[in-house]
Amino acid sequence: MIEPIKPPRRKNPLLRTRLPASPPRPRSRTSHGFTRAAAEGRFMLQSCEACGSFAYPAREACPSCLSAGLAFVDAPRRGTLLAETTARVPSDVYFRERAPWRIGLVKMDCGPTIVAHLHADCAEGAPVRMSFQLDKSGQAVAFAHPEGETPNMADDKQWREMTADPKFRRVLVTNGRSVIGQEAVAALKAAGAKTVFVGVAEPWRPFAGERLLRGQDGIEIVTLDAADEKSAADLAADIGGKVDILINTTEYVRPGGLLDRRGTSIARDEIDQAYLGFINLAQAFGPAMRMRGADGINNSAAWVNILSVYALANWPAFGAYSASQAACLSLSHCLRAELRPGGVRVMNLFAGPVDTEWFQTVPPPKVAPRAIAQAIVSGLRGGLEELYVGDVAEEIRQRLAANPKALERELDR
Amino acid sequence: MQSNNLLELAGAISSGAVRVVDLTFTLSPDFPVIVLPPEFGQAAPVRIQEISRYDGRGPAWYWNNITFGEHTGTHFDAPIHWFTGKNLPNNAVDTMPAKDMIAPACVIDCSAQTAQDPDFLLTVPLVEAWEATHGRIPERNWVLLRTDWSKKGWRDYSNLGDDGAHTPGPNPAVMKWLVEERGIIGFGNETIGTDAGQAGHFEPPYPAHHFLHGAGRYGLQCLCNLDQLPATGAIIVASPLKIQNGSGSPLRVIALVSST
Repeated sequence: MIEPIKPPRRKNPLLRTRLPASPPRPRSRTSHGFTRAAAEGRFMLQSCEACGSFAYPAREACPSCLSAGLAFVDAPRRGTLLAETTARVPSDVYFRERAPWRIGLVKMDCGPTIVAHLHADCAEGAPVRMSFQLDKSGQAVAFAHPEGETPNMADDKQWREMTADPKFRRVLVTNGRSVIGQEAVAALKAAGAKTVFVGVAEPWRPFAGERLLRGQDGIEIVTLDAADEKSAADLAADIGGKVDILINTTEYVRPGGLLDRRGTSIARDEIDQAYLGFINLAQAFGPAMRMRGADGINNSAAWVNILSVYALANWPAFGAYSASQAACLSLSHCLRAELRPGGVRVMNLFAGPVDTEWFQTVPPPKVAPRAIAQAIVSGLRGGLEELYVGDVAEEIRQRLAANPKALERELDR
Repeated sequence: MQSNNLLELAGAISSGAVRVVDLTFTLSPDFPVIVLPPEFGQAAPVRIQEISRYDGRGPAWYWNNITFGEHTGTHFDAPIHWFTGKNLPNNAVDTMPAKDMIAPACVIDCSAQTAQDPDFLLTVPLVEAWEATHGRIPERNWVLLRTDWSKKGWRDYSNLGDDGAHTPGPNPAVMKWLVEERGIIGFGNETIGTDAGQAGHFEPPYPAHHFLHGAGRYGLQCLCNLDQLPATGAIIVASPLKIQNGSGSPLRVIALVSST
């Protein structure tokens, strides 16, 4: 039975902020099969193409039949906790600071035995449900959950290390002018965020939904034009030390590719808003977030980007926009590496055309802004790194994996 | 002797007998810009990016890179800005006569009316009434419309509704009349644009742009401190950046005002 976490008190200014430490990083290249699974919230194990048996940990050959054909496949999650142990004084700095820390041996129904971090409600001899999670080093670890729901389940201390739950955290939604931004604000408030700061550029321009944002408890409208270096820096000077989760909801969608546009001014705006805006936000807020990765219950925990799935494969109808999104995708990997020492995760959420005015003439299926907002919350709660929201995004991903050339030709219509 | 007069002017500026009034807003990223439907090309907003500030990027010096559209902040409109002036000679900021950058101004105070009505329009009878008090507007003078709009917060300043901006300006008849009957050198406004916020619905649309630039005259907008100018007698110095074939530019607008 988990005690619910309490809203954190204000910081004691006499105490030094605890700096983030990282759990061990080294993994074999093959083990990154688990990293991929964890990033997407899947449970994958190696399965022998010859004899069908599952293997764990990562192997180069099947332990049953020595076949080299070991592919990562989605595997059944159920197992039984054989034995548990509590590390009280671990030698590793990260775990020592968080001790006591429970780990256990889980016998999977599908065969292998896995050493896993344990949710506090897992009992010896009882069935468990397994997942792979990204730890504060961004590496995959196995995690055992109780089979069913238990009270205050998400407040488990070890689980919270694996996630970026908005509960009691302070969130900055960078663009509150958009429907996606406003839906994100509502979803994060509903998920228990203490404060949601909502960035509004050019506050002299009225916008739809403004009245709803104003005057709500726990929602603070702040002036933020991410594309303006000084605006981002000024806001970070005010609230940079209390942004635990940053949701980059920059949205600048314009149709067109190369030949039917004249000049570069729209492309410039696309780069200004999406790419340079990203850089401004990262330089303004990133350093403090990286430093506050172990700062108590409301430590800094995550950075979320909402990207077009056409960052992965150019859609010529929105060709220049696709390219700006590809630039942001690349930048997000840089940010992920640079935030890693703070244990701050970078989650990329990919969506196809959204049901907004800039995709007005695009036929359905289109993603509802609310679906994106809900995905943000579930991704943070699950500690994910990559999320594909909606049918189009999921389909593009699969087609890209199957045959990038086919996808390129088929997007050219 | 001419040169003595000029030296006297310099002395008067130095002594304060001639006041120098700055009519310019600070060029900053948060200053409102003209709003067009998003499917049109947009004026790039003002951006200021630090190159260095006495730091590792340049230990002893501070400087910035700046970018902005030609029509941001307190700015100047050249005849080439509008289709009516596109074929005139010397119609861009780099080719316009330098002597046009200094001219006297008539300031018409309509702040009482604009306080009541954001859609206030300057008309011929109103200017005639002004002339009855202050005399006929001389040729090659600026006409500056004082509305005190520059004293508002940015939201009220741009005053955008779901049917566009509601800000004061001239009506079509007065614009045509000022250009053709009074031969003004240009028209200046405190709001974003020489035209009223709703001028897109006028006949012709945007009459200040239409008539001024069609006749090779100029526009000044986003002016401030017009309340510090006398109705007549101020000299306006408005020299835009010499941008190649430029349609306008942000600039420092100053007025010389005799204190006596």
